Amino acid sequence: MEGTKIPLHLIPCGKSARVKELTSSGNLRRRMLDLGLVIDTVVESLRKSPSGDPIAYEIRGAVIALRSEEASKILVELI
Amino acid sequence: MGLTSQSTGVNALKEMLDIQLSSSDDIIVALAGNPNTGKSTVFNSLTGLNQHTGNWTGKTVTTAQGNYKYRDENFILVDLPGTYSLLSNSIEEEVARDFICFGNPNATVVVTDATCLERNLNLVLQILEMTDKVVVCVNLMDEAKRKKIRIDLKRLSELLGVPVIGTSARSGEGLEELMDAVYKVSHNEITTKPIRIQYDDDIENTIQYIEEKIKKSVDNKINSRWVSLKLIDGDISIIDSINKYIGIDLSNITNNETKLGLAEVSSTPLSEVLSTSNDLAYGDLRDRIVSSIVKLAENISHQVVNSQRQKHNELDRKIDNILTSKAFGIPTMIALLGIIFWITIVGANVPSDAIAYVLFGIEDKLTYLFTTYNLPNWLHGALVLGVYRTLAWVVSVMLPPMAIFFPLFTLLEDLGYLPRIAFNLDNFFKKACAHGKQALTMCMGFGCNAAGVIGCRIIDSPRERLIAIITNFFVPCNGRFPILIAVTTIFIAGAVSGPMQSVIATLSITLVIILGVIMTLLVSKILSKTILKGLPSSFTLELPPYRKPQVGRIIVRSIFDRTIFVLGRAVIVAAPAGLIIWLMANVNISGISLLDHSAGFLQPFANLLGMDGYILMAFILGLPANEIVMPIIIMSYMATGTMIELENLEALRSLLISNGWTWLTAINVMLFCLMHFPCATTLLTIKKETKSWKWTFVSFLVPTIAGITLTFTFTQIVRLLGLA
Repeated sequence: MEGTKIPLHLIPCGKSARVKELTSSGNLRRRMLDLGLVIDTVVESLRKSPSGDPIAYEIRGAVIALRSEEASKILVELI
Repeated sequence: MGLTSQSTGVNALKEMLDIQLSSSDDIIVALAGNPNTGKSTVFNSLTGLNQHTGNWTGKTVTTAQGNYKYRDENFILVDLPGTYSLLSNSIEEEVARDFICFGNPNATVVVTDATCLERNLNLVLQILEMTDKVVVCVNLMDEAKRKKIRIDLKRLSELLGVPVIGTSARSGEGLEELMDAVYKVSHNEITTKPIRIQYDDDIENTIQYIEEKIKKSVDNKINSRWVSLKLIDGDISIIDSINKYIGIDLSNITNNETKLGLAEVSSTPLSEVLSTSNDLAYGDLRDRIVSSIVKLAENISHQVVNSQRQKHNELDRKIDNILTSKAFGIPTMIALLGIIFWITIVGANVPSDAIAYVLFGIEDKLTYLFTTYNLPNWLHGALVLGVYRTLAWVVSVMLPPMAIFFPLFTLLEDLGYLPRIAFNLDNFFKKACAHGKQALTMCMGFGCNAAGVIGCRIIDSPRERLIAIITNFFVPCNGRFPILIAVTTIFIAGAVSGPMQSVIATLSITLVIILGVIMTLLVSKILSKTILKGLPSSFTLELPPYRKPQVGRIIVRSIFDRTIFVLGRAVIVAAPAGLIIWLMANVNISGISLLDHSAGFLQPFANLLGMDGYILMAFILGLPANEIVMPIIIMSYMATGTMIELENLEALRSLLISNGWTWLTAINVMLFCLMHFPCATTLLTIKKETKSWKWTFVSFLVPTIAGITLTFTFTQIVRLLGLA
């Protein structure tokens, strides 16, 4: 898996990954950037909600839940 | 935001935020910060004004203000909406940005969370680009200490170039220093040298280019470097704001000329600049701007934060592993709700009886007074049997459950549990094509539906906001909980005896709440498939760290802010309602009282819904405030029946039974209580928020139809099966 870009929501819980690309645009892209999701940011997948979606991530010290629609537009590399 | 063309300029902004200066010497201080940083606690501690704080994202949608005195000067503190950034254009961010930028505050305090400094620095850096007069308040130092996070405040101050004060607002620690720093910054006793974010060459060159073009128009009224940056960022709304606020500042000329001046500013250099700053040309620059800020925040944070334990959030995670787990998440949620109701029901019984005993004892004394002084019978009837008795009922039925329920609910809020509810339920809302934040506005509805409707502002998409507004009434508010609790304790639990009593009562209320949530989802889904078609928009939800609740403050706050408020409102409405009921019961037309006439008129319809005319009338009379529904029902029965004295809840139960109540009636009352037309306050709020009578009417209709349909179907099925 090393070196390949995968969508963030597919990262197994407990694993960390490095942001490589944002495929969203416009307002959503801004929001993601505002969360600190710039290139090379390390994100840890913490846990799934009871129904599997959204998933909570640790991003720069804060715990943020993202729906799979949004998380799939963040491409990451597993660490 | 209700601005007219006449009211432009800084005054308009101050008007918009409704700032009341007591004199022109007042010092205006803006209070900015991320959500969940204890910003409201800082605000409360400084001003003493009781503003409700909750540990969830985006709670403070509107701005609050208060004032404090320091060194004999009056400081007006404006609590801006909590935002993570000023870049991405939600309404809250626009309000916060415009106030800092155009409201000319004498100082801006940025409250940050010591346990999560890096993320908070993002906003700090953005604000430092807009204004020099900044004081950074690093709050929650006590939490940081507990988590073994150390922050070098001195170094942070050196790096940022502005005063940095560490505080623990909950215990009041550091606030004196904060006030001192604000005083000095606003009086220019401290000259700040804010850090300047250095962008890459491309961006710096573009900034320079644009800055040249706009410098003249902007005329030093605003930081031209910052405006240039915003233009590169493709932020159109800043142009509107500059038109709106700087326009009038230019001169005191006539309205027409002002308009010309505005056109001048908007049509020349800026629009030219704007036409080129589209996504294609600047999209990449925007990313780079944000990256520069984020990386600088990271860099500063690494220099000043020293966390001894890497895993300082370990405990939070462990708690979350249970509270949001697949197996236990939703059951725990329901269980917690159940426990709260159980405590409320069990706890409220005794004081209810005691209060009723005392208040009705006073009624006897009042009656004695009236007879002693030979006051006319009708006066005694109207004042004592009408007004006083209704008031006594409102207080004895409502006060105890509220005084127990609200502190418990506030406790959950304070712990930070509500965002977890949103996290657990989000998928359901997504499937209902609704916004994830609707789970939060729904939770706010538990407090007060009008507040829940206002809270819907946190939802950006108009379609999803409307859905959230229309469905908000499906969760019972402060005013309706006591009806549910009263009906269950008096009637449903009364039907069984022994220890199972409170369990049954708890179960039934919990079921009603779950039904409310299911209806919220169902109706949201129906709305998004019919009159409000569309797909759910994007959403992010922060799960803030759990906080140690401030028990003392919770009790005081929930009693004063909520219990007294709700009770006060109920009493104000109950007094005239009591008078009306008494008059209706005692004014006879052709031998039958007005009350019986009206109830008789409603009876056939009410019967279809498994209730009676008096109950339906009580709901209609309860339009101003749902709190008085139950007391009106009791009053109507007492006015018509033979029972005059009611000393305890057991007697109340007999009263209901003698008026034909069965378990079916009780359940229908609870269902109808959950689903009927919203109270007048909520309706007016909806009108204000949607600016449309049509949507207000829809909001009136939807829960009413749902309630009628449900009670009707339920009643008919039960009767068909011969169960009641």
